[in-house]
Amino acid sequence: MEMLKVKNLSISFGGLHAVDSFSITVNKGELYGLIGPNGAGKTTVFNLLTGVYKPDMGQIILDGKNITGLSPVEINKAGIARTFQNIRLFKNLSVLDNVKIGLHNNYNYSTISGIFRLPSYFRTEKRMNEKAYEILEVFGLDKEADILSANLPYGKQRKLEIARALATNPKLLLLDEPAAGMNPAETEELMETITIIRKKYDLTILLIEHDMKLVAGICEKIFVLNFGTELANGLPQDVLNNPEVIKAYLGE
Amino acid sequence: MKSKMLKINKSARSSIITVGMILIAYIICQALIVTGNMSNLLQNLLVSMCYYAIMAVSLNLTVGFLGQLSLGHAGFMCLGAFAGAIFSKCTVNAIQNTFIRFTLAILLGAVVAGLFGIFIGTVVLRLRGDYLAIVTLAFGEIIKNVLNVLYIGYDSKGIHLSMKDAISLNLEDGGIVLVKGAQGISGTPRDATFTVSVILLLITYLIIVNLVNSRSGRAIMAIRDNSIAAESVGINITKYKILAFSISAALAGIAGVLYSHNIATVQSSKFGYNLSIMILVFVVLGGMGNLRGSIISAVLLTLLPEYLRFLRDYRMLIYSIVLIVMMLYNWAPACVAWRNKLSSNLAAMLKKSKKEEL
Amino acid sequence: MNFLTHLLNGISLGSVYSIIALGYTMVYGIAKMINFAHGDVIMVGGFIIFTLMSTLGLNPFFSVLAAMIVCTLLGMTIERIAYKPLRKAPSLAVLITAIGVSYLLQNLALLIYGAESKSFTSVIPVKALSLFDGRLSISGETLVTIPLCIVIMIGLNFFIKKSKTGRGMIAVSEDKEAAVLMGVNVNKTIAITFAIGSAIAAIGSALMFSAYHNLSPTSGAMPGIKAFVAAVFGGIGSIPGAMIGGILLGVIEILSRAYISTQLGDAIVFLILIVVLLVKPTGILGRKIQEKV
Repeated sequence: MEMLKVKNLSISFGGLHAVDSFSITVNKGELYGLIGPNGAGKTTVFNLLTGVYKPDMGQIILDGKNITGLSPVEINKAGIARTFQNIRLFKNLSVLDNVKIGLHNNYNYSTISGIFRLPSYFRTEKRMNEKAYEILEVFGLDKEADILSANLPYGKQRKLEIARALATNPKLLLLDEPAAGMNPAETEELMETITIIRKKYDLTILLIEHDMKLVAGICEKIFVLNFGTELANGLPQDVLNNPEVIKAYLGE
Repeated sequence: MKSKMLKINKSARSSIITVGMILIAYIICQALIVTGNMSNLLQNLLVSMCYYAIMAVSLNLTVGFLGQLSLGHAGFMCLGAFAGAIFSKCTVNAIQNTFIRFTLAILLGAVVAGLFGIFIGTVVLRLRGDYLAIVTLAFGEIIKNVLNVLYIGYDSKGIHLSMKDAISLNLEDGGIVLVKGAQGISGTPRDATFTVSVILLLITYLIIVNLVNSRSGRAIMAIRDNSIAAESVGINITKYKILAFSISAALAGIAGVLYSHNIATVQSSKFGYNLSIMILVFVVLGGMGNLRGSIISAVLLTLLPEYLRFLRDYRMLIYSIVLIVMMLYNWAPACVAWRNKLSSNLAAMLKKSKKEEL
Repeated sequence: MNFLTHLLNGISLGSVYSIIALGYTMVYGIAKMINFAHGDVIMVGGFIIFTLMSTLGLNPFFSVLAAMIVCTLLGMTIERIAYKPLRKAPSLAVLITAIGVSYLLQNLALLIYGAESKSFTSVIPVKALSLFDGRLSISGETLVTIPLCIVIMIGLNFFIKKSKTGRGMIAVSEDKEAAVLMGVNVNKTIAITFAIGSAIAAIGSALMFSAYHNLSPTSGAMPGIKAFVAAVFGGIGSIPGAMIGGILLGVIEILSRAYISTQLGDAIVFLILIVVLLVKPTGILGRKIQEKV
């Protein structure tokens, strides 16, 4: 079953074809790696998928629903959540609040109930706290729930970003270089966590990564992007041994 | 599970302390008044301390929690002041009960200012931070300028408006001019007592503190901290910007109603850019996002200049330095490094002294 | 004839706005901040000229030159002390600091010169021109302001396009990080931008106070804000935009004061700002800026 189907997605910035006819099909439950040299347009693909940029051309179908041209908010509600290459946490809020903001659209009570502390406020806040702690526990962050997210060590900030994305209850999770800046032990742990959440939350994952050990270790399929277009696509062992791919990475 | 309880208690405890502080200050003031120990000067300041505190707390919602600089907060106060005063002057004979009349005036002031807040919020929300600041300034000045040339009167035929002068209102004999252009409104009933003002301050504080510690408040702060990330988790930025803007405006409207019911004449020229900046100084000095700080700094900065001649003469100069120094202190890399060093030194000293105790 | 007089006055006032708007537009283009204190630098320039001419009896040319030097130093000092440490701070913090600097200058002037407005003697030695048997009179200030404004625009445009420093400015305004990689000294470029903006502001100050004569510690604030409106109107970051925006704004202001309402002139100017930002937030000649994700 197709979770994400992208056809001929293109965008250019002032004449530069950042992404050119990008097509990919990600099946439900798959873990897909998106790799490519710096400036290949990987993050731009994420920005197109999440509605930060509007594509010049092409179509994005999520779980049978056309989401092309929708706003980031609508796309999140449709079921795509993401993390960012340069971590974007709500720095002045606690770890718990970061996750609770992710829960925003799934647990609802009105502003009025909040201001006047009506029963629905207490009821929903309690359920939100429980859910948020449940997610934090998966990432081993429940002990740090009350500290400011800006004060977390780097590796945990990356994890919190994934936790926050998960809180929106997505069908498809986009991870933009989740292991960037982590040491080998942390990367190892992250790989385990990704495997766990994938099962637990029935997720389809598309991830951008430079750490080939992680990519080869957990991805089931790999897509190689170069100069905004497809260079290779397929199983890890095939793609990573493809001479074209090696040339693109190492140069001539 | 235990830590969860602690978290709820922490924010609740902070608001209990603030409410307690206000109540204690109120009781002390009342005791001084009853025993005849409070000077007239101070008695005249009591209500104004409250409305400035309301202004500071409400501005803190936009500046501290939403992270947007509004330079037109005085404009909302002005709208509330005029709306409330016009209402009270029209109904002073019809509604004899002061409590009911003043409550209605407060609600009307809040609604009028709040509606303008929604309107302005809708207009500015697409703009980047610094443009937004300029546009709020522009709105504040427009409100002030228009009210400065506005004449309103009423007679048996109803309400008359003019932008020229009182004569062109064409009132019949016995008609009353309510708003006299630059001369403003005078003779509004003095309904704003100290007790009412303190109650309104408490209500304002609780509205904002509860809002901030709720789902909507978290959305507002998420927009402040990172609007792109907020959108990515499905927060509707437009909705929450307008929400914060209009609540802040409505509360400033309440402060305006207090103002106009505490003073002999209300003139729109008093609600200019300078007043907006003064309120901003209260917020910055008290700490952006710190509501108790806003109240304390509003009260102190209203009180101190009346008693210290030095402060009165150099008031604006000191305000300007406060703005610059506070921002540099909070953000300049050199200051941040110095602060971190100081706090780690302090921590080391505490550790050492603890060890010695053992 | 009446209309023509108003139109000329409008263009003259607009030229002053254009000159002041240059400072805003350059600083915004390069440092991405609204320098709120720019209007008050103009006021300081006015007081320098006033003091040198009226108190010390210096000749107008040297007085303006001295004001240019003082304003340049002032602009650079403000940048160095108040804005440079905040390069990485959120725009809210920078804006609040800029407002603080603006207030600081106003209140220092207030302490030195008092609140009373001073009568500023024109620095322009040109006589008024009388046309159509005296039915149309063009003041000397107008005769000098309009051409001078054009000369400054052309000169500045030439400087930015042709000189190495000017091209560095363009590079910084396009992409700060890339400019650093290209070997542009960003700090120096920003400092030079403030210096040039402030020096031009001193000329604007001489022209403005010569035409309107009243000088007080707050007389820079409102023209400053209006010049910012002009910069936004024309498209922030664009030099020809500042000129077009300034002149249009000046004409609209004078005409609406003459034909709509004297007291609502400022309100109309601000209304224009709001309408422009709603309809075309990039202004007449501005370009869209995409935020990096």
